[in-house]
Amino acid sequence: MEIADVAMRYGGAEGTLALQGCSLSVQEGEFVAVVGPSGCGKSTLMRLVSGLWPASAGQVWVAGREVAGPVPLVGMAFQNPTLLPWRSILDNVMLPLEVVPAHRARLRAERAAYEAKAEALLKLVGLEGFGKRHPHQLSGGMQQRTSLCRALIHEPPLLMLDEPFSALDVFTREDLWAVLQDVWLERKPTVILVTHDLREAVYLADRVLVMSARPGRIIAERRVDFPRPRRLEATYDAEFNAVVAELRALIARARAGEEPDA
Amino acid sequence: MPDSRADSLATAARRQRRLEAALPWLVIGGAFFLWEAGVWLLGISPFILPAPSAVVQAGLRWWQPLMQDSLVTLGTTLLGFAMAIVFGLALGVAIGSSTLVYRGLYPLLIAFNSIPKVAVVPVLIVWFGIGIWPAVITAFLISFFPIVVNVATGIATVEPELRDVLRALGARPLDIVRKVGLPRAMPYFFASLKVAITVAFVGSIIAESVAPNAGIGRLMMVASSRFDVPLVFAGLVVTGVMGVLLYWIAERLERRVTGWATRGQEGLTPGG
Ligand SMILES: Nc1ncnc2c1ncn2[C@@H]1O[C@H](COP(=O)(O)OP(=O)(O)OP(=O)(O)O)[C@@H](O)[C@H]1O
Ligand SMILES: [Mg+2]
Repeated sequence: MEIADVAMRYGGAEGTLALQGCSLSVQEGEFVAVVGPSGCGKSTLMRLVSGLWPASAGQVWVAGREVAGPVPLVGMAFQNPTLLPWRSILDNVMLPLEVVPAHRARLRAERAAYEAKAEALLKLVGLEGFGKRHPHQLSGGMQQRTSLCRALIHEPPLLMLDEPFSALDVFTREDLWAVLQDVWLERKPTVILVTHDLREAVYLADRVLVMSARPGRIIAERRVDFPRPRRLEATYDAEFNAVVAELRALIARARAGEEPDA
Repeated sequence: MPDSRADSLATAARRQRRLEAALPWLVIGGAFFLWEAGVWLLGISPFILPAPSAVVQAGLRWWQPLMQDSLVTLGTTLLGFAMAIVFGLALGVAIGSSTLVYRGLYPLLIAFNSIPKVAVVPVLIVWFGIGIWPAVITAFLISFFPIVVNVATGIATVEPELRDVLRALGARPLDIVRKVGLPRAMPYFFASLKVAITVAFVGSIIAESVAPNAGIGRLMMVASSRFDVPLVFAGLVVTGVMGVLLYWIAERLERRVTGWATRGQEGLTPGG
């Protein structure tokens, strides 16, 4: 995945300039975290990569092709789980299969196989046996797990996660970090994770990208080379904390850059 | 002693529910009683306000025409209402899923809805002649608006993120309406049915009294021209009863179809 000198302006010539001169590239199978000050255009970046909105300038390439519109190569999950309350958990997870052209044609004939796949995913995130329940019968953390399954069910090579854990309490969040790491180690999709939590970024990612204040662009990047699978306790090691502190300093500088403008 | 506490809680809840079920009847009974007592005590003439007993008497005496006419009104109302459902759903989906349609049609719709429908009835008579159609169309015209607005709201307020998830998967706008918009709009739709069915009655009765052809509206017009005020009131009561009945049916249906929208609250009353 490659983004070259992209700019994005909302709402006409006088609108908000959300991104400018933003370039980055992500290897296949890589896990990248994006951090930056609030409102710097992280969610905007996600929308551009998934082809939901065209960039005002510059180019976006995914899997060797320029993105011109939505391509069902991506799975997405957001801060709130956005499940459909009238569907069971299993049916929620299977929603993408009813939409993605390659799957919807085969869904009816191979329903059992697809259901088995969904059940396997639910098991992977620790929701075995909850398929028949409805979203309101699940806790917030369980709903977010479901949302993660929904993002994964059509086996997208690219997974876009926009602050998926930020509405959860610390313990649930850390559980889900482990779940996400397991999923990633097992299937090796390319992951772009937007987050405000530096511990989360360092724990999960191979590389952390830091964005400037609006208009956003990538101003720094930090490799994280801790061995996998990473353990949660390791997030309290001195080494780990040194990386977090370094990133924190970078973001503080990025925010200071916004001062004269504000 | 946790058991006996749970028991007493359950008993209290049962009592509460029984009271809730009986309350409407108590209130209606009380209102009629006050009305009767007031008429007798103040010596109000039956030409101004007949006592409930007089209304009941008139109702019993004229029960045959009352039944016939209310069946006619019920038929025209339901026909107009059915048309409003079909048209309202279609237009609501169109308006809710397309900003273009919304911008184009909404002002016109609002303007149209502000027109008092009594003023339209004469035009309808010119177009359709005296018969059931002016009443059917009036019931339709007056009741489709709430359906359109509610369905459109339900569809237009799909969370942008959910829309993004589906669009990123390659969903076409029609897919989004089918998979998310319509099911999401169902609670809004049923809520609007409850309003629409009651105003549909208003519509057909207006038309029946402006263009007296048949129906409870005509019956009341005829009765009032003969100064048979108790019969007029009997007509009003019958209309009210029909309205409540249809409202109740709509509510039952709503609960069956859109239970998911209120689920998660039903567990709150113990012993349910
Ligand atoms: N649909 C939109 N129309 C107009 N402006 C928008 C729209 N979406 C975002 N913006 C603007 O673009 C800028 C970047 O928004 P974006 O949502 O990408 O930020 P973000 O980095 O995700 O912020 P946060 O960390 O708070 O989620 C903001 O100033 C916002 O006001
Ligand atoms: Mg955001």
